[in-house]
Amino acid sequence: MQLIATGNKAIAEAVRQVSPEVVAAYPITPQTEIVEQIAAYVSDGTLASQYIPVESEHSAMAACIGASVTGARTFTATSSHGLLYMHEMLHWAAGARVPVVMANVNRALGPGWNVWAEHSDAFSQRDTGWLQVFVSTVQEAYDTTIMAFRIAEHEDVLLPLMVNLDGFTLSHTMQPLETVVVGDFIPPLHLPHAIDVAHPRGYGPLTGPDEFFRFRWDIERSMRDARKVILDVEADFGKRFGRQYGPIEEYRCEDADILLIAMGTFGKEAEVAVDDLRREGIKAGSLRVRWFRPFPVLDLSGRDVVVIDRGYSFGFGGVLTRSIQATTKAEPFSVIAGLGGQEVTYRDMAGFVRNRRPGEEEWFGVNTIV
Amino acid sequence: MYEIRIHSRGGQGGVTAARLLADAAFRGGKYATASPFYGAERRGAPVVSFVRIDDRPIKVYSQIQHPDMVVVLDPSIMEAVDIFQGLKSEGEILLNSSHPITFEGYRTHCVDLTGIAIARTLVVAGSPVVNTPLLGALAKVGIISLDAARAAIRGMFSDNRNVQAAEDAYGELVL
Repeated sequence: MQLIATGNKAIAEAVRQVSPEVVAAYPITPQTEIVEQIAAYVSDGTLASQYIPVESEHSAMAACIGASVTGARTFTATSSHGLLYMHEMLHWAAGARVPVVMANVNRALGPGWNVWAEHSDAFSQRDTGWLQVFVSTVQEAYDTTIMAFRIAEHEDVLLPLMVNLDGFTLSHTMQPLETVVVGDFIPPLHLPHAIDVAHPRGYGPLTGPDEFFRFRWDIERSMRDARKVILDVEADFGKRFGRQYGPIEEYRCEDADILLIAMGTFGKEAEVAVDDLRREGIKAGSLRVRWFRPFPVLDLSGRDVVVIDRGYSFGFGGVLTRSIQATTKAEPFSVIAGLGGQEVTYRDMAGFVRNRRPGEEEWFGVNTIV
Repeated sequence: MYEIRIHSRGGQGGVTAARLLADAAFRGGKYATASPFYGAERRGAPVVSFVRIDDRPIKVYSQIQHPDMVVVLDPSIMEAVDIFQGLKSEGEILLNSSHPITFEGYRTHCVDLTGIAIARTLVVAGSPVVNTPLLGALAKVGIISLDAARAAIRGMFSDNRNVQAAEDAYGELVL
């Protein structure tokens, strides 16, 4: 079906398609539309989920974990401070190996109080053992939310998964959307360690150092295995529904001398900057990092790299920039831009490329190059 | 790409107007995006929404710098906001006004959306609903078809007076 919808509505539609048994959620700007829409679907009978209204995000995640441990498929959505309030439970979900799927509408963290897009909320949870993916269009938000369940629930993964979309910029922007009928693309969830009263087991007991260490290695092993599962699921999605996805999205990169690397909606608008630069004779390409955990394997050799970072590790550097430096030999020009919803246009992005200074960092609008 | 900036006041339905317009353009076979700029949400505050219409998928999310058309749902907003900012030299202005207003250098269309809403008793929480008649005016100007406007309105509102109000605006706006 063809329609026009916001990013938030697209996520709710995807959830309705996959039909999780349990949704537990707490509203927060700019995510509220997702859980409102899901609640409306449950209320009008078009979604047969148990909807658990809770008093906080911490409880939302705790309820999802509890439901997941019984073998139920679960979903929640949050943003910003709501995500941070879940922090303890995020570690718990990964450690308990439950495939909770969550939409996180990326928003800055206060103070100063700010409701606009930034990636710091998700970045601050990057070491919790969750898979993280960042989307750039309404269609991609929808498609990725559907794929998220199959990836997270795969027997080689069994880890929670966070679908990130930029607050307002994508959550509240209407774009064309083609919905699908998932059919057997999403098989029934089989959780091997689900509670079974016929075969009682202990959950969350005191765990000694040796076993604990092995559990942690097992998370990392699954995170590595997730790379192949992601590729397989994305390939099957492409075969069935005709839309291709991967760990990264490349635009005019084949013969590019300079790569503009970004995440989320910046990574889509960067393609317009690339077209403008190409018309000037600058051989630029756009590389959008879609999967953030597991972090993609990038080959940037022989190219100049400009990274637009929408999240910062104070005293260290741009989170995406440092991730790229840690995994490649690139010496990027790191542009910190868009924090707290700062307006950044494709014209600005083209300027970052024209005025690049490899190895240096610029805070856009604060110490702008003339 | 055709770019439209809508100026309104919080509570006036400017965001919904942008969504209706994008929906109607989409029903007319175009690619369209509607992206409201949200500030501190409060009734009466100036609000701006953006609509882009194109024959190709639209990749731009940033605010519209050089609109082809500016829509003003409350002309008193011009005392607080520069509605001409970045407007293309050949750009057009569509005003919700009961009396004709002209701006030198710009094609300006005036239609009394508030009057139409009141005549159709489309008033919600004390505010006349101007966004559904606006769709009729935009159809008259040629941005969308009247059929697409009707379909988009019916997709969002069950009360047929909204469609009638759009038809009223279509009939009243003189080009």
